[in-house]
Amino acid sequence: MPWPAAVTDLERVKTHPAVARLLEWNQASVTAVKYDREEMTISVDSGCIREACALLRDDPGCAFNFLSDVTCVDWYPAEPRFEVIYHLLSIPRKERVRLKVHLDSASPSVDSLTSLWPGANYFEREVFDLFGIRFAGHPYLRRLLMPEDWEGHPLRKDYPVEGYR
Amino acid sequence: MAHLSPTPVLEPGQDRTMILNMGPQHPSTHGVLRVLLEIDGETIVRIMPDIGFLHTGIEKTCEAKFYQQVVPLTDRIDYLCPMTNNLCYVLAVEKLLGLEIPPKAQWMRVLMNELTRINSHLVWLGTHALDIGAMTVFLYCFREREEILKLFEMISGQRMMTSYFRVGGIALEPPLGFFERARNFVASFPQKVDEYENLLTGNPIFMMRTKGVARLSAEDAIALGASGPTLRGSGVDIDLRRDMPYSSYEKFKFKVPVAQEGDVFARYMCRVRELRESNEIARQALAGMPEGPIKADAPGIVLPDREKMKTQMEALIYHFKIITEGFAVPAGEVYQAVESPRGEMGYYIVSDGTAKPYRVHMRAACLANLQTLPTMCEGGLIADVVAAIGSIDIVLGEIDR
Repeated sequence: MPWPAAVTDLERVKTHPAVARLLEWNQASVTAVKYDREEMTISVDSGCIREACALLRDDPGCAFNFLSDVTCVDWYPAEPRFEVIYHLLSIPRKERVRLKVHLDSASPSVDSLTSLWPGANYFEREVFDLFGIRFAGHPYLRRLLMPEDWEGHPLRKDYPVEGYR
Repeated sequence: MAHLSPTPVLEPGQDRTMILNMGPQHPSTHGVLRVLLEIDGETIVRIMPDIGFLHTGIEKTCEAKFYQQVVPLTDRIDYLCPMTNNLCYVLAVEKLLGLEIPPKAQWMRVLMNELTRINSHLVWLGTHALDIGAMTVFLYCFREREEILKLFEMISGQRMMTSYFRVGGIALEPPLGFFERARNFVASFPQKVDEYENLLTGNPIFMMRTKGVARLSAEDAIALGASGPTLRGSGVDIDLRRDMPYSSYEKFKFKVPVAQEGDVFARYMCRVRELRESNEIARQALAGMPEGPIKADAPGIVLPDREKMKTQMEALIYHFKIITEGFAVPAGEVYQAVESPRGEMGYYIVSDGTAKPYRVHMRAACLANLQTLPTMCEGGLIADVVAAIGSIDIVLGEIDR
């Protein structure tokens, strides 16, 4: 059974608790929404990801208290090139939401979530290591998986699968 | 090799403290974990794990493979629970495709997953007890694990890198005698768990090494992203199999063991009880195994039966096309999480509409769980680091990918 078409109309999903809470806080914070394959994706303005996450974590109606994952997708050569993706889980409500931030290739940088969830530490270091995204306010932003003296960021699309020879 | 450069650096503090390097080839680090310890006498002031020694770039490799070619790669992430990774990946791709999986395939997946969980927990139990100084349990655990590996070999031809699940179902019908052998194993296993518990649960030495050691509060566990038994051992009652069911787990009755203390012993109790619960799920799966096909009815995606391939033209064409050019997956993105033996294993897959995934990201439960190590160990003793590392059940293959 194929999935129904994705819903990208903000009007139709604004009853979703996370969307409603973000809109109530700041209309401009939500740049796009997508409800597809039973998963909610909210694109958030890159300047307010930390506040948005803090809201969703602390609001009792949302209670997205668990940061499952932080990762990134490189849409090279399109601009904005990078999407940083946050998967939040609400342990009390057993629900997930995905937040997205779009970043240009010129100086990809976004606020770190380590002050909200110390567990963001390794996830953000991994994204920094493999994509070269900077996380402002991260206490120890260094390579995690690759050697310290490695050149380049292997998961970028302009980095060859075989590596540089 | 470049890891030999002195990284990450712990600056020495006052004159009282010294830096001690542990690993990456220390037997109790379960692979190639390197831990830097700043110690004051026997007391740990700071602890810093250093990882990446097993990094193989699996996520990058996935982007160059067809969707079906990624399945064997997922085995190699977490070599103690290959089927869990297989399952998580195929569920994610099936979610992208909107495929419906026949009941027998779903139940087989549940059965194999729970056997995998038992397998993984047995390795954990044996090595954890070995780290703490109980040699015997290791031999007992590997006795039962061997039987599970034989079951895996029977069903997939491989003991460890099984690659048994396929997008759309499972690879093969279980061979003759498989179910009987699995039933025998499941019937005898609870007594075996009693044996392990006789050796450990009431053992005063084991209790002294584990009770009150490496404590982790529920708030810290959630904030640090811990999941699985590491989270449940701190009193947070969440299990994705029960709370966000997949692959028809909602049809099984089982309890989710939770312990409140948050110490090494609590995590031990959670996993040992999980052994019994997994066995119970496997028993239910064997008792109620539905009849029917093991693959979805999706000719362009699922490989045709060998028999049909040799008699029907269409089947041969589909086979050729799937092997040579893969199958296109509609554009979109999904995040699929399953409860692996170590916690929340998640696959985030982005498709751009072609036959190769645009991006595959694995959310490794161990990577997040490892972050709890400093909270657990700082202020404790060096000897307890070994107990703490064992209690979070790390697999470096999954951490480094």
